[in-house]
Amino acid sequence: MDTMRERFAAVTTDLLDHDPRLSVVLADIGADGFRTAADRHPDRVVNVGIREQLLIGAAGGLALTGMRPIAHTFASFLIERPWEQIKLDLVHQGVGAVLVSAAGSYDWPAGGRTHMSPGDVALLDTLPGWTVHVPGHPDEAETLLRHAAADGDSLVYLRLSAHANGAARPVVPGRFLTVRRGRRGVVLAVGPMLDAVLEATEGLDVTVLYAATVRPFDAAALRAAAVDRADVVLVEPYLAGTSEAEAHRALADRPHRVLALGVPREEHRHYGTIPEHLAAYGLDAAALRTGIAGFLG
Amino acid sequence: MTTAEIASAGPGFHDLPRLMALMTGDEKHGPAATSTLDALWVLYDRVLRVTPATAQDQDRDRFLLSKGHGPMAYYAVLAAKGFLDPEVLTSFGGYDSPLGHHPDRLLVPGAEIGSGSLGHGLPLAVGTALGLRAQGLADPAVWVLIGDAEFDEGSNHEAVAFAGAAGLDRLHVVAIDNSSATHGWRGGIAARFAAEGWSTATVDGRDHGALHRAFTAPHPGRPHAVVARVEPKYS
Repeated sequence: MDTMRERFAAVTTDLLDHDPRLSVVLADIGADGFRTAADRHPDRVVNVGIREQLLIGAAGGLALTGMRPIAHTFASFLIERPWEQIKLDLVHQGVGAVLVSAAGSYDWPAGGRTHMSPGDVALLDTLPGWTVHVPGHPDEAETLLRHAAADGDSLVYLRLSAHANGAARPVVPGRFLTVRRGRRGVVLAVGPMLDAVLEATEGLDVTVLYAATVRPFDAAALRAAAVDRADVVLVEPYLAGTSEAEAHRALADRPHRVLALGVPREEHRHYGTIPEHLAAYGLDAAALRTGIAGFLG
Repeated sequence: MTTAEIASAGPGFHDLPRLMALMTGDEKHGPAATSTLDALWVLYDRVLRVTPATAQDQDRDRFLLSKGHGPMAYYAVLAAKGFLDPEVLTSFGGYDSPLGHHPDRLLVPGAEIGSGSLGHGLPLAVGTALGLRAQGLADPAVWVLIGDAEFDEGSNHEAVAFAGAAGLDRLHVVAIDNSSATHGWRGGIAARFAAEGWSTATVDGRDHGALHRAFTAPHPGRPHAVVARVEPKYS
């Protein structure tokens, strides 16, 4: 199967052929995947070199002329490094863009901390208006990318990962899916955490919701799922607690409890593999089962 | 100025101190007190192809004020050229005023960008030039005004190097040099642009004829930077 990044390049190449508003801005990373697109559309596929402030500033300028820019690089360099550009060159100017990241929180553990960005979604939460998609499968990434490209002038973050579920779900942008029904609480699995959550909750009488879009947060779906018992476990592939406030807001009018699982704030100064890091963070199926069963009883 | 120009002209350069006084309350607030006034005036009066009536047209010229602090000269020029009602100048900085101490494009008619934090205008201008080119709009010029101390920001150097390499010939920078950069720029700012393949000119930033000649100099295949030197900040 292809990766989300490979699907992103292939689908965007197709989208560029059909939508003259679209443009792609790159900062060297991922540029190989856009060679065909750049040959076909040299004015709409721009590689600015290793210049991430310019990556976002140029995206803002493109949007000011009415284009729909798609900017792509690793999450660390897309969100964290040019953070003020995101705040000012996109949000403050009142223009939109599609930011597509790769590598996320733990995709390249051997690469170390410099290439880990578990705080990206939490950072975007400090700004208004962002749609945040966290697909768990290349097919979902394609659905969400096609939706984002056509979504007017909105601000969209599409978080691609090498960590994926075995099967795609029929995701609808902005909606949580009910994957399993139960009465003793709700587990919300975000993107690539779904497989581990399903394994961890096997045999437990709990509802499993699946989110491939986390912002806006589908509060109505969570409220409906929590009707029997308003105890909620969040399992997110980025900083633990990123969606905790959203869950509390959704259930503010009733007694409830929330357990937020995800990537810890502390640096793990270890290299290795994705499974090793998930285990170290308590995000593999065995650790999740302990945490979820302990909380939901 | 020709007779025809005088007949068709609205407020002139000599009206700008009066307009600025509406914001500052200082009747003697003359051109020497602001580093950008002459360059802004020559651009809006003689170079930029944009008017209040064409401010939404896709083929208009774009002027991006990157040096967003001290925007009184900018607001005065926008008022003189009919983008702003001069009456609104008196509200400068007020809670309900569209005119802040840094401009906001969503509040100020005619403002292409909101600015204040240094080093954002030139990257935005690069994207604007790319966007116009991608839409086949070869005529509109993109202008961005920066200050010599603003040139310290690394984001500007990302944009200068890329724009030179990409040959963005509809991109223009006017750099107001009042020697305010802490460490200065040895050999002058223009040398940095030239090294990245830009066309450059360095002129007296108070000389309207020299500014106009520099602003309108041909620069095929290359972006163009005009360094407008004015009195040092603390002279």
